[in-house]
Amino acid sequence: MSEHLKAAPVDRKIFTPGVIILLILMANGLFFGLKRFLFGLGAVTNLDNYYPWGIWITIDVASGVALAAGGFTTAALVEIFHREHYHALLRPALLTAMLGYTFVALGVLIDLGRFYNIWHPIVPSMWSGHSALFEVGMCVMAYVTVLYVEFIPVVTERFRNRVNWPGLLSRFNAFTEWVLKILDNTFVRVMFLFTITGVVLSCMHQSSLGTLMVLTPTKMNSLWWTPVLPLLFLLSAFSVGYPMVIVESMIASSSFKRKPEMELLSPLARIIPFLLGIYFAAKVIDWVDRSQLGRLFNGSTASNMCLVEFGLGVVLPLVMLLIPGIRRSPAGLFSAALLIVLGVVFNRINVFLTAFQPPYAEKVYFPSIGEISVTLGMVAALIFIYRLLVTLFPIIPTHVQKEKSHVPA
Amino acid sequence: MSVNRRQFIRNAAIAGAGSTVGMVAVRAGEDAIQPSPDAMGVLTDLTQCIGCRKCEWACNQEPSNDFRENKPMSAFEDQSVFQTHRRHSSDSLTVVNRFEGSDGKPVYVKSQCMHCVDPACLSACLVTAFKKEANGAVSYDSWRCMGCRYCLVACPFQVPSYEYLDPLTPRVRKCTLCFRERTSRGSVPACVEICPVQCMTYGKRSDLIRMARARIANYPDRYISHIYGEHEMGGTSWMYLSGEPFENLGFQTLPDEAPPRLVEGIQHSIFRYFISPILLFGLLSATMWNFKDAGSGGTSHE
Repeated sequence: MSEHLKAAPVDRKIFTPGVIILLILMANGLFFGLKRFLFGLGAVTNLDNYYPWGIWITIDVASGVALAAGGFTTAALVEIFHREHYHALLRPALLTAMLGYTFVALGVLIDLGRFYNIWHPIVPSMWSGHSALFEVGMCVMAYVTVLYVEFIPVVTERFRNRVNWPGLLSRFNAFTEWVLKILDNTFVRVMFLFTITGVVLSCMHQSSLGTLMVLTPTKMNSLWWTPVLPLLFLLSAFSVGYPMVIVESMIASSSFKRKPEMELLSPLARIIPFLLGIYFAAKVIDWVDRSQLGRLFNGSTASNMCLVEFGLGVVLPLVMLLIPGIRRSPAGLFSAALLIVLGVVFNRINVFLTAFQPPYAEKVYFPSIGEISVTLGMVAALIFIYRLLVTLFPIIPTHVQKEKSHVPA
Repeated sequence: MSVNRRQFIRNAAIAGAGSTVGMVAVRAGEDAIQPSPDAMGVLTDLTQCIGCRKCEWACNQEPSNDFRENKPMSAFEDQSVFQTHRRHSSDSLTVVNRFEGSDGKPVYVKSQCMHCVDPACLSACLVTAFKKEANGAVSYDSWRCMGCRYCLVACPFQVPSYEYLDPLTPRVRKCTLCFRERTSRGSVPACVEICPVQCMTYGKRSDLIRMARARIANYPDRYISHIYGEHEMGGTSWMYLSGEPFENLGFQTLPDEAPPRLVEGIQHSIFRYFISPILLFGLLSATMWNFKDAGSGGTSHE
């Protein structure tokens, strides 16, 4: 049988009105970013001694890590469970994870008071095995490396046997070919080791991100504080991976004026209710076990935020995705997947900010214009680089031959 | 094949459920850390404090504390500051607040780092910038610090503050127990030394507790029967005696368990000898091998 879907560089112009908007957002974010490095965190952010973590940690880092879960969940599905008909979704998912984690690192960098010490956790004399943040930091560093290694085949596929440096650089053509060949023959052969390592590292730090807040039982709303936060973070990362792949694939299709890959996305969506169902059950069992159900319905702001997070981000999409008609309809599938994605982002914001109730605080944290600008700028830059890379490299699946694919739906 | 695979999935599910149960079972956490027999501490008797703020001045002058600006004594004589509740900040590591006692008389409360027996800031820090010194002081090394501020998030007493307006070398700021220049050499903290009414006693933590119990026993009308810091959050080096219920004086009512025991219990049970990651790696490798024919089966392409 002929191959029905093959990754290929997208043949579209780079500069469109949407891209101009991205560039404006990036410039605006860059301005506030520079201001932060010149005049300090206090000059740009609303952070204080009570709320030391704002949206740069909550959205750029914590939500960024969660939403990059599409990378390891898809890698596990395709490479470990050998569901190879989903292969076409793997490269976009890995690219999102690679860029996502790169921007997580940038988000950490801009938030660190002494950003130039970001390498300290790798120094053995400073190792701190008891700190959950140490575990997160080490795993994220290792996983970023793994993701870049996993991207190597895309680069070698694009350039091997067609290296053509311009002008004087052309004398390096043979050398570059040789490097690509070495990369192909080494990394690509042992890629399965990197794939498994990537999944293990992801499970480790996705859960440890939840462990971070277990340290503050007296400073957190008990709707969210639970000793099983690491388990809840891991389960929510499992359940947001495929929705993220779906949302991203459908946005890319629409942006590049193509038909959505429903023949892949609908069957993929069948897996989500299992994963989301486990998360749903874990949340409910935890609330019942800690006798929090009454608090959930007491009408306070926190309980309402929690109900919105759980109702719109978990229950509603869970019900929607159990209905085959919704899984097959592009609008229905997109809405359900987007609800899950936004639900997980909202959960991270709630855990790190809404639930956080520091004693003696006089006012509640709300992000400043500068913080919002930097976050928007980072998201814009991520989308822009994604767009740039899919036009340069074979990442997005393209119908090589028009033919109905034979995937069990 | 399919029977084997079903078997395999069942085994994998059992393994997964088992590790989940294991994770939940760490709830009890680890055993509490006990203060070392040599640990020192300070006992503050709130019934004696007169609110003169000399301790704030002495703290500001103390070389151990590396203040960027040493202020004159006159800066600390203003009594109007008592109209608002103040907290420690990057340029004041200790503050005195005034509360109204039940008899209408003012009660002054000095606050600073409690120097926990089992400090959350130390447990949080990913680059070991905090250290529990032999005398009980929790010290901070700005050279190691990355500035992630997880210590500020973690502290249950809401003590550390940060130099947010310093673009290059911001520091976490908190009381040092005058470790570098004083208590490491056997002398007493600057605030304890300057106090004109000697409302603070620096000494062995175990002796201080004995002393506090004796005062409560000898003057039951003067003190409430609670040594704040003896057990709170696993115990603190700095402890308080009061004639007023502590919750009326800006103190939080806190549990006895130190949160680091719970977190480190989770971390250690998952990561001891890298057992869980190695098991997971093995499980995934086995899955990868077990399913390797699945993709080329009838259901997919090629």
